Amino acid sequence: MYSDTTADQEEKNNYLNHSKGIKSWLTSLDHKRIGVMYLFSILIFFLVGGIFALIVRTELWGPTKTFIDANTYNQAFTYHGTIMTFMVILPLIPSAIGNIILPMQLGAKDVAFPRLNLISYYVYMSGALLAVVTLFVGRVDTGWTFYTPYSIRTGGATILVLAGAFLMGFAAILTALNFIVTVHKLRAPGLTWSKLPLFIWCLYATNIIQMLATPVIALTLMLLTFERLMGIGIFDATLGGDPVLFQHFFWFYSHPAVYIMILPAMGIINEVIPVFSRKTIFGYGGMAVAVFGIALVSFVVWGHHMFTSGQSETANFIFSLITMFVAVPTGIKMFGWIATMYQGSIRLDTPMLYALSFLFVFLVGGLTGVFLATLPLNVHLTDTYFVVAHFHYTMVGGAIMAFLAGLHYWYPKFVGKMYLEIPARIGCVLTFVGFNVTFLPQFVMGIRGLPRRYYDYPPEFTQLNQVSTVGSFLIAFGLLWTFLFLIISAYKGPKAPRNPWGANTLEWQTSSPPYHENFETQPIVTKGPYDYHS
Amino acid sequence: MNTHHHILSVKHCSIIFGTLLIFTLLTVAAAHMDFGYFNFPLAMLIATIKASLVVFYFMGLKFDSTENRVIFFSSFIFLAIFIVLISSDVLFRKADVYVPHNEIFNAKKFSSEEVPHD
Ligand SMILES: [Cu+2]
Repeated sequence: MYSDTTADQEEKNNYLNHSKGIKSWLTSLDHKRIGVMYLFSILIFFLVGGIFALIVRTELWGPTKTFIDANTYNQAFTYHGTIMTFMVILPLIPSAIGNIILPMQLGAKDVAFPRLNLISYYVYMSGALLAVVTLFVGRVDTGWTFYTPYSIRTGGATILVLAGAFLMGFAAILTALNFIVTVHKLRAPGLTWSKLPLFIWCLYATNIIQMLATPVIALTLMLLTFERLMGIGIFDATLGGDPVLFQHFFWFYSHPAVYIMILPAMGIINEVIPVFSRKTIFGYGGMAVAVFGIALVSFVVWGHHMFTSGQSETANFIFSLITMFVAVPTGIKMFGWIATMYQGSIRLDTPMLYALSFLFVFLVGGLTGVFLATLPLNVHLTDTYFVVAHFHYTMVGGAIMAFLAGLHYWYPKFVGKMYLEIPARIGCVLTFVGFNVTFLPQFVMGIRGLPRRYYDYPPEFTQLNQVSTVGSFLIAFGLLWTFLFLIISAYKGPKAPRNPWGANTLEWQTSSPPYHENFETQPIVTKGPYDYHS
Repeated sequence: MNTHHHILSVKHCSIIFGTLLIFTLLTVAAAHMDFGYFNFPLAMLIATIKASLVVFYFMGLKFDSTENRVIFFSSFIFLAIFIVLISSDVLFRKADVYVPHNEIFNAKKFSSEEVPHD
């Protein structure tokens, strides 16, 4: 497997040493460097959001006060949610990994609009900093959903966070536009639509959702700002507005946003499983169509977040019914992955371990989603820890596991060194075990009726809460371990060949790390992305 | 692919710009007059005409390929989904769940101590 010849010349000229100094990075138009900047920024926010998670879990070690007061607790879970959704998971795979890999998988020199790419990074950063700065000027306690009427009346610099989310949405729209044009215009000769790697298909579907849904959240947050500043009376019932309308507007974006997080994750799994099973992906066409099926259905199910909000029974019925359909394309993907592995020669390298973790975690997350979509059951489970466990299984378990799969899979390409295999596997096991120890007990607590977001709880929930807290520290340990060894590998790891995994997609045909302009010569595509038999 | 770019002449640009200004004056004028039920439809009509002028001329959709026109108008499908599904809630709420606005409006200003319990 590690038999490719590596020219020593390659080391001398690559995107990492093409030009030097911090300024050459901050003003770089190279998609790979912009992707790396996204990656580091997002990982720093990931650390901050993770610290807030640990604060929340530590406070929940026992009933009543453990170490912070109730108001600080509300702020801690607000920042955990806001940072993790808007600043980490939404941009994580598309803007960081996608930015580096998408043009290379297409055989292009760069994205279609390199300057726009750099601008979107800075727009994202200004939004993120605007949101983080409120930690020091007026902490927000609305939860990441900013539900009215509370968000209209509570103190804190709520408007700054709204403005931050608005800007980050803008950055996402610019990136999405850029990627869509790149896929349409910059494919290498021979790379027809039916030969596109599934990672590209997933990013493409994600970008369409981003372009269509993000403007709605931007306008909603703007309306909320106007409501706070001027009392325009659209969400405020005392002025003739409708607070439930806010939830409609919010979830019209935020349900599809779940798929902005999960579709790129599925894209990574689509790449990793065939490579490490040495088999063609099962049902390429079906897998690609399923992605668009998920994207389409994602736009018509948002009301399932509102079954107990006072929404009409008619709407409850419609949304419950349509939500069940999400399971169909998702099921196609699950079966496709399992059928791909069937009778393959499976190698359990770290990316594959993460991919298998993803399958398990995402299956639990997806199936509990069906529980929640069931109208009568939802009335019991809504706003309990069952929901918390469910969306952490899909969003965190799904997106983060897949991100780590992708990070290890493409690490040799990004850095030019192999990561250290044994510590990486240990990190994967630690994270996977920690994740399940944290969130499985939350399903139990939720079914027993423990409401989410509460500072206090009845003493009989103490044990399960403590298990969950121990698990959260295990995740933190596993992630720190993983990233520590990734940093060490950058210095101590063995030199990576061009194509360490024997993969077929174009990014593996250039040097590791790639040249400034990706390829020495324009690559020409003659076979499919998962064609391992010809 | 259609690579021909239509460039709007200064004269045409000015005409469109002038029309937009006139319609802006109309918007303001309409806001000062009371047409009863037609207040809202009229405001929307004027806004739609203005938006169409911008989309077709300034953004060049009138001279663009059919493909792009189809993509543009398909976004209205999502607007329709948005409105129809929200209507399935707003128009179908039962009276006992839905408190009419004027009742809330006439009630005393909310404060956390005064919220009635039933
Ligand atoms: Cu949802």
